[in-house]
Amino acid sequence: MTDSGGSSIKVEISFTVNGEPKTVRTYPMARLLDVLRMELGLTGAKEGCGEGECGSCSVLMDGTLVSSCLIPALQAAGTGIVTIEGLADGEKLHVLQEAFLECGGAQCGICTPGMIVAACHLLNQKPEPTIEEIREGLSGNLCRCTGYSQILEAVAEAARRRLTA
Amino acid sequence: MNTDPIVGKSVPRKEGRDKVTGRSQYVDDMALPNMLFGATVRSQIPRGRIKKITFGPGIAWDQFVVVSAKDIPGKNCISLIGDDQPCLATDFVNHPEEPILLLAHPDRHRLPKAVQAISFEYDLLPGIFTIDESERHTEIIWGENNVFKTYVIEKGDLDSVWEKADSIVEGEYTTGAQEQLYIENNGMIAAFYPAQGITVWGSLQCPYYIHKALMALCNLPAEQVRVVQMETGGAFGGKEEYPSMIAAHAALLAIKAGRPVKIIYDRLEDMAATTKRHPSRTRHRTAVSRDGKILGGEIDFTIDGGAYATLSSVVLSRGAIHAGGPYYWPSVRIRAKAVATNAPPHGAFRGFGAPQSLFAMERHMDRIAQSVGLSPVEIRRRNFLQPGQTTTTEQVVREPIDLGKLIDQALEISEYHSKRQSFASRNQVGTSRKGMGIAAFLHGAGFTGSGERYLRSVVGVEGCADGSVKVLVSSTEFGQGTKTVLSQIAAEALGLPYENVSVAQPDTFEVPNSGPTVASRTVMVVGSLVKSAALGIAQTLISSKVLRQGYSADEFRAACRQHVAKHGQFRCWSRYEAPSGIFWDDEKYRGEAYAAFAWAVYIAEVSVDLTTFSVSVDDFVALQEVGKVLHPLLARGQIIGGIAQGIGFSLYEKVVWQNGRMQNGQMTNYIMPTSSDLPPIRVFFEELGNVHGAYGAKGIGELPMDGPAPAIVNAVEDALGTRFDSIPLLPEEIMDALLKPSRRNDETLTSGAR
Repeated sequence: MTDSGGSSIKVEISFTVNGEPKTVRTYPMARLLDVLRMELGLTGAKEGCGEGECGSCSVLMDGTLVSSCLIPALQAAGTGIVTIEGLADGEKLHVLQEAFLECGGAQCGICTPGMIVAACHLLNQKPEPTIEEIREGLSGNLCRCTGYSQILEAVAEAARRRLTA
Repeated sequence: MNTDPIVGKSVPRKEGRDKVTGRSQYVDDMALPNMLFGATVRSQIPRGRIKKITFGPGIAWDQFVVVSAKDIPGKNCISLIGDDQPCLATDFVNHPEEPILLLAHPDRHRLPKAVQAISFEYDLLPGIFTIDESERHTEIIWGENNVFKTYVIEKGDLDSVWEKADSIVEGEYTTGAQEQLYIENNGMIAAFYPAQGITVWGSLQCPYYIHKALMALCNLPAEQVRVVQMETGGAFGGKEEYPSMIAAHAALLAIKAGRPVKIIYDRLEDMAATTKRHPSRTRHRTAVSRDGKILGGEIDFTIDGGAYATLSSVVLSRGAIHAGGPYYWPSVRIRAKAVATNAPPHGAFRGFGAPQSLFAMERHMDRIAQSVGLSPVEIRRRNFLQPGQTTTTEQVVREPIDLGKLIDQALEISEYHSKRQSFASRNQVGTSRKGMGIAAFLHGAGFTGSGERYLRSVVGVEGCADGSVKVLVSSTEFGQGTKTVLSQIAAEALGLPYENVSVAQPDTFEVPNSGPTVASRTVMVVGSLVKSAALGIAQTLISSKVLRQGYSADEFRAACRQHVAKHGQFRCWSRYEAPSGIFWDDEKYRGEAYAAFAWAVYIAEVSVDLTTFSVSVDDFVALQEVGKVLHPLLARGQIIGGIAQGIGFSLYEKVVWQNGRMQNGQMTNYIMPTSSDLPPIRVFFEELGNVHGAYGAKGIGELPMDGPAPAIVNAVEDALGTRFDSIPLLPEEIMDALLKPSRRNDETLTSGAR
């Protein structure tokens, strides 16, 4: 838990989240993670460490992978944010979500939202990654349950499906 | 009936969809109207008497709810096996993270400053921080002698073997504390309504532990304490007992505030204050014959329990029983002891005690091999337990396990012999050294000895109004797949599709006490009870003539609906009864320690960089016999995940202590493996079948924690020719040993691999 810090006067901040325009009144230095979770009710991004080490709070900001626990709300103003909630199309899962289910990529599930968002970013950058590239690409997202193998396999499987779809 | 087997198939994880979409509700995702946030004010010193508490200036204290021990309605303790740990310290503190006061406020951001504004004046007392200091009795901090618990296991006539021995091999091995490091920090929400009592929702493993603790603390009857498990983001033993403390704190604040209170730890507080794996020291003295047979030995196994007894006795017990490894000991004396230090209490972590004592055993086997001039493979082969022989507690091995065959398979898969040969020449040149290491081990499934008999777990299965079936257990899902596998077992027993079965979210108002979710007992013990309760549902329907033998799934659903419409709630129960002919002596620690053992041989291939002294694991082969594998995907995931934690335990994860306080309680300086630190982990199952568990399954979750540390350290010794007997084995330790060879009697770097 961190102090809200900085200015104690709330400001109005607008951005889009999962394609929808949003405006919130919050402290300029409030963490994007808290804004998403507490102001907007998007609890998919999780706090694991609060210092950008574990990746559980990963979201995309204008297509870049960020740790939302390190992003002040002010910095997110005017950007487009994508969270785990924005990946599935209604009840139809994103190809990565399907592959995580089928390959055993989720165990306790707490790192899963951040891991899938990071994997999504990886596949956007490298549509055909090798296993080593996936290892490297996800090394900023910690998972204590799986030992990663089945996550790597899920991402490789999703990449295959995207290319053959 | 559905005749396609469901067990043995990798069906979809029950709660998987919610997890991959981010919809799962963990405790911090939940909010109640009018809720406050709570924080804990802790001791800053390892040991002393509290003289004065000052609430500092600059804080609007009237806006805070403040709780001290005086506000506890019942007994000031966290009731577990014993009642020695206070919920809030009164006048004395015994470790540097001991809770003293609790605060609550509507704005969570106001709490950290308020916590810091409270200061204590103490009469400082000297603390003790290591096993050695505790044993030397420099201070007595617990009981009469700082000893929480001792066990002695004796088999055969040990005293006569020493003179028959061709060699006597001694060694001392130590393991460090290890943080469970679940990615979800601990958290609880409590709400109190005078008419209904207290309800807590949280991240937890054992709802009924908390239930028991809150009854004693709040002085409430069973029906006024309700514990609900939220989705739990990893636990590994770390959420076995400490959640009782956090639930107690949230409950006290909620009672005083008259409003719901949420306590969520941040990472630093979680790492510093909650339990870790017990540090251990094991001493071996072994009598061996010329041909490499163990004749007998003494094993002294000691663990550091921290400031209160908590679960140390069960950790000690398991460590002691596993201390002899998968070998035949004609005679042995195992002395086990848990001692007190002024650190936060250590607790359960995957394998609890076994990874510590098995690290020692498997390092010691390599040392015995060297002293009698045999290979690491041959020394193990000559001493493996055989069916019909007895373990150190004189439990007869009844399963047709063939460890010789298991090790042969593992050697072949890992290409052990050819690789070692090529490493021997490769290691003469260049700036890295490669080696291979073996660990053979066993892991008992379920509670030890009489444990299951005392627990007498109960499981319910409900036939629901819509014709589906619901399993009622307090067994919790925290990543292992509890809901999935228990659903498979019920579906298989009833001949129904997997989709027709669900598992109730653990809530002590809804589910019976099927025991804690620990000790690799869920599938084997609880699974068997699920099977019999499920069969009770079918039998009831058949005997009341609403269902025929050989029914279809549609017929079952129709009959179930009909039964509920006519008779109301339809539940069948099953209670654990110890199988007949099982003997266990709690006093002498002799007899059937476990209903079943899982067996394994793991082989690690490592490189040691001679410039950075870092070790990388290049390949890892894990071959195990765990009975019937009910869900291959989940089982493989359990094994790989356990090995990853084992690699961390061996090479990365070091808790840095200063006067009983963890100094590196952050993910930036307590290092767990990332995806780029791990090798391909190759998992193989040998299935023998077992009469004890549901459909022949034994425990699986903890086994993979036991093997990696000794296999890896044995491999490092193989690579460098230098002995290492302590983990974690960090580059600085290796550098120290290699650059200061005079400090050791062993071979130095220049001799390379043998």
